[in-house]
Amino acid sequence: MTKPVATKELADRLEREFQGCIIESSDKDIVVKAEFVSKIALYLKDTPGLEFDYLNYVTAVDYKDYFMVVYNLISLKNNASLILKTRCDNRENPTVPSVVGVWKGADFQEREIYDLMGIRFENHPDLKRIFLWDGFAGYPLRKDFVNQ
Amino acid sequence: MGIDGFDIPNLDRDEGADIESMRKACTLAVPDPVGWQEEDISRNVLVTTVDAVINWSRRASLWPVNFGLACCAFEMIATASSRFDISRFGMEILRPSPRQADLMIVSGTLTWKMAPALKRIYSQMAEPKWVIAMGACAISGGLFHRSYSVVHGVNLIVPVDVYIPGCPPRPEALLNGIQKLYEKIQKQSIAQK
Repeated sequence: MTKPVATKELADRLEREFQGCIIESSDKDIVVKAEFVSKIALYLKDTPGLEFDYLNYVTAVDYKDYFMVVYNLISLKNNASLILKTRCDNRENPTVPSVVGVWKGADFQEREIYDLMGIRFENHPDLKRIFLWDGFAGYPLRKDFVNQ
Repeated sequence: MGIDGFDIPNLDRDEGADIESMRKACTLAVPDPVGWQEEDISRNVLVTTVDAVINWSRRASLWPVNFGLACCAFEMIATASSRFDISRFGMEILRPSPRQADLMIVSGTLTWKMAPALKRIYSQMAEPKWVIAMGACAISGGLFHRSYSVVHGVNLIVPVDVYIPGCPPRPEALLNGIQKLYEKIQKQSIAQK
């Protein structure tokens, strides 16, 4: 089993590195601002002592007022895990920077989120629908989606 | 637009347009091609003996095409393997190619994205051809009937001869459905087509 990292300390460290990036942090997860995500991802991957080199999954949650994008990171070297989250408050055009440049495995999962939840990932190399077809109306995993 | 003057087709857009037009067009069930349950099919005396021979040879060597879409496919695989042994009915050769097959067993959930492929494979099969809808999903959409992406029964896309209920149906049910299809083939006549 991987051990969860001490999120409070890590949040303080991130706050020192990127001023104003933390929205909130609990003892389970860290919520960061969307515009910092790709920088923080690179920092978490490359900093010695952290080295989150494996992205377990990316997923998204619809909280009706806002969307939450959730990253589960694992460090295979340090046997540690971390839940990183980011918010997008703009329901009309939710946008989050892509982390494909940091972890290649995010590619299809970000496309899946784009397909079913309608969150756009900036700088994604090939952002198009993955399950549904071109021309499908709406995003079916959103809470306000109505079938037909 | 394209490389060296060649047009590069936008495959995603074309596929989407294809599926949307199918969704609009396929709203009513395709009727069963032969009214086989009426007993008094008008039989021409001249062709009954020929019919008997042709129907016997057709029914005794049905070659199914694999169309496993979901969990029902495993029941179909079990039917084909030694315990239930579909070769007792002269149909052990499950063809991967529709051109060598005359029975399509649609086993599983059909999504709209797969529907053009189903239609294409059906039209690639040579006449005479039959279709079995296996399981609740293939009959009506089943558990996923209210989903945004599932076809409400394969009979919206292709004509279905035999429906096998179950979720999934056991191999015995599939064998029973195949025997029902035999009865149907026995009643066909070359004068009808």
